[in-house]
Formats: sequence, C-alpha cells, structure tokens
Amino acid sequence: MAKVLMKGNEAVAEAAIQAGCRFFFGYPITPQNQIPEYMSRRLPEVGGTFLQAESEISAINMVYGAAGAGARVMTSSSSPGISLKQEGISYIACAELPCVIVNMVRSGPGLGGILPTQGDYFQSVKGGGHGDYRLVVYAPNSVQEAADCVMQAFDVSDQYRVPALILGDGMIGQMMEPVEFRTPKKRDLPEKTWAATGYDGTKQRAVINSLYIEAEAMNAVCTRLQQVYRQIEQNEIQYEEYMMDDAEICIVAYGTTSRIAKNAIGQARASLGIRAGLIRPITLWPFPSKAISDAAGQCSAFVAVEMSAGQMVEDVRLALDGKRPVSFVGTLGGIIPTPAMIIDELKAIKEAMS
Amino acid sequence: MTNEIISAGFGGQGVLLLGQLITYAGMIEGYHVSWLPSYGPEMRGGTANCCVVVSDEPVGSPVVTEADAVIVLNRPSLDKFENSLKPGGKLFINSSLIEKKASRGDVNVYYIPANDIALSLGNVKVANMAMLGAYVKASGIVKKESIIKALGKALGEKKLHLIPINEQAFDEGAKRV
Repeated sequence: MAKVLMKGNEAVAEAAIQAGCRFFFGYPITPQNQIPEYMSRRLPEVGGTFLQAESEISAINMVYGAAGAGARVMTSSSSPGISLKQEGISYIACAELPCVIVNMVRSGPGLGGILPTQGDYFQSVKGGGHGDYRLVVYAPNSVQEAADCVMQAFDVSDQYRVPALILGDGMIGQMMEPVEFRTPKKRDLPEKTWAATGYDGTKQRAVINSLYIEAEAMNAVCTRLQQVYRQIEQNEIQYEEYMMDDAEICIVAYGTTSRIAKNAIGQARASLGIRAGLIRPITLWPFPSKAISDAAGQCSAFVAVEMSAGQMVEDVRLALDGKRPVSFVGTLGGIIPTPAMIIDELKAIKEAMS
Repeated sequence: MTNEIISAGFGGQGVLLLGQLITYAGMIEGYHVSWLPSYGPEMRGGTANCCVVVSDEPVGSPVVTEADAVIVLNRPSLDKFENSLKPGGKLFINSSLIEKKASRGDVNVYYIPANDIALSLGNVKVANMAMLGAYVKASGIVKKESIIKALGKALGEKKLHLIPINEQAFDEGAKRV
C-alpha cells in the first residue's frame, strides 16, 4: 500500500481500524481529538460502534464491557483524562481483559497545558491505578511507528490478556508524516473462550470479574498476572540502537525526545568529535534494562533526556545499578528540548572524562 | 539535503496548508518529510505556524529552530521568526500586510505582495499560494507539478474547480522572485 501523509492521531485511529478494532469509547480533550473524530467517521463504515461517553470514567467502563465480550476495543485521551480512567484500567487489568488505551500526553500536573511532555511516564509504567498490575507500554517516535505500535498492541494485548497503552504526546499526535499501514508479524492468538457473549448451556459460564474477597483467590489472580508479566518481559521488549557501535556516551530517550537526541548526536559527532549514541526504548514496559546494562561495557557515561523532571532516568539508573554515572537533561511545561541543550551536557561529560 | 521551513501568519491565511503542500510535494518526490503545526485553541485571526522538514535522510527533530526558509504572512510572525533563520537563509515577506522591512542583513529577502496578487485574481484566500509560488521558485526544493498534485489531494474532489485560481496565484508569486 502506498504511503499517505497523515497526522499521528489519524494514523493511530486508522491503524486501530485495520487491526480489527470495532468499538471506540472516548471523551474529547486536546491534543488527541482527531482520534475520536476519525473514529466517528470510519467506524460506522466498517460496521463498528463509536460512542462519545459522558465522561472518561464512563468511556473506560464501556471499554471494560466490550473487552469482556471479546471485542477489539480502544479508547484514547490525554493526561488528565487518562488519570480519570485509572480505576477502570486497574479493573480491566485484574479481569485479564485485552484492550488498547492511547495517551497523547499534555503537560501537567493538574489540567495543565496542551503542549507535549513526557510527565506521564511513572503513571504509565508503574501501574497508574491501584494494585499490582502492568500495562504493555509502547512509545512511538514517529507517525509510522505510532501506526505500527497500535496494530501490534492489539495482538499483544489479545495474546497475554493484558491491556496495552500507546504513550504518545501532543507532538506525535499533531505532526504529519508519511505512513504506510503494514500488517504486523502474525501471532498465534488463542481463541477468546473466556468472553461473556451469552450463556447457552453448551459451555461453562463466562464470568468477568475483578472482585476476589478471599485472600487465596486474590493471591491466585495476582500470581497468575505476575507470571504473565514475566513472559512479556521475556518476549516483548523492543528498542532501537542508534550510532551505538563506537559510542563512548550513551543517550537514553524515547518518543519525541529521541528525535531531538538523534539531531544532537549527529551534530556532536560532526562538529565536536564526541562519539555519542542512543538507546531508544520502544516499549517502556517492559523496559530494555539489559540493553542499557550491556552498553555499560562500552560507554563510560549515560544521559537520560526527557520532557519531564526526571522519570525514566530512574529506570536507567536501576538498569545500570551504579555501574556508570547517569546525568539528566529535562524540560518542563511543554517546552521541547533543543539539540543544543543535549550537546551542552555531552560537552560537560566529555570534559569531565578527559 | 535537509531543508527546514517555518510558515507563519494569522489563522485563516492558510499558513498551515502552505506548509502541508510543501510536505506533500516533498513526499511525492520521494523525500523524507515532516509537518508540525502549532496547535491548541487557534482561531481565525489568531496566530498560527508550522515547521516543515524536507530531507533526503530520515527526519530527526521535526521542530525547526534554525530554518533555511521563513515564510511570514503577517507582522507578528516576522517579529517572531526572523531570528529563527540561518545566515544565508531565505525570508519571504507578505509585503501587502507587512510594511516593515527585514532587519537582518545576512539573509536573502523576498517581498511578495501576496494579498494584492490574490485580490487581483478575485479571492484573497489564495494569498498563501502566491507566497508558496515565490518559495518554490526561489528554493527549487520541490517542483510546481508536485505542489499542484498535492493541492488536488488537499482540496478533495468537490473543490477541484479551485485549482486554476490557486495555480494563477502561485505563478504570480513566482514571478516576483
């Protein structure tokens, strides 16, 4: 299929349709409104259902219902709206249901602003709602990758019965780039025998539940979830290495900031002779800890770059376990870092090294 | 080759579409491209701008801080983005609405009476196409045919009858370079 020029938000929506998503429930918020707008037009064309709920809380519980019936279902929002969805997401995680949630992050805390940040990292990868659960979290850095991640997220979510989150930001959602819709590698997906689609007496009743009063029963669910999470950590980590072959300093950045980092690396190599490279997590959970740890053999210093006060940097430090110094470059409030900010840090590290 | 462009003006002047057409044309010609708008509670009469990157390599940052070309359709945009231009870059000023001259001496400046061109053709809305014509002529980054093809995609079938007047504005703008 030929490439088309699309906004990230539109590409996310079209990718969902092509991945078989037939239900979308949401509530408007900038900067992700093109997703529900696109879904409201496209879903009826393919026999699906678009519904604008009366609130984010309502929308996520509609997702819970559709997922419980075995449908491919998605919701999208931006930071404050995702906060409202957390209770429902925790329920869905406990009920072991697949769904895809999109967060086009804006600045916070509070109602915040509409510009891109990466301040929702903790919320996305450390649980977000209550209880011991994880989401599979994808952080695309281009419109093409956003489409690819959405398609893959539906499959991964179905395979493990774990909700998946697409963590973009205002820039990924609003920018236009060429995109081609490519079917992901085929997975052997289990039949949804657990789906509650009506009891006809021929098989066991399907029960969708997230309430377990007895400790033993709750323990069994939690233990099973943890086993699934370990499998996901084994099988689903994705990252990109950029100019790492001869790198002496390793930048770690995801999504929007990884693109700024690539520019900085090009300039630092060309004009300053600093051999910097990039490890870019594509999945934020599971996190590519081993790749970062392995890079410590070759790189003497690490720099995390984020549009936050320093969130992913904690996971970089955990991965390195004190083996190498980790510095941090961050911006707040919707300000996008410049390559110059990153280059200044690389220069400082280089000077300290010599 | 990497060409970075900022297009800016009042909301409603078509500065976002102007950037999209360069982006689409670049894609048609096989380049790597990106288009990043200012976004938010924009309205007709407010300010709007977009960053465009056209490159023969994958696009790194879509945010343009040192532009090869800046296209401004109103005075606030000139004040805001003149300093975002690289030395030796190209500055396109809509002289119909901006009386001020460029203050930098290290860039190439093109004064295009875009609104006058558009009004003489009978539709002020094609002023952006006059600016685009000037840009395409002066930069040579993409071809006119690609822009017109992109315009067809952007307008959609119901508005294809508007292509001739847009093309005329494009040509008139190009003549001023």
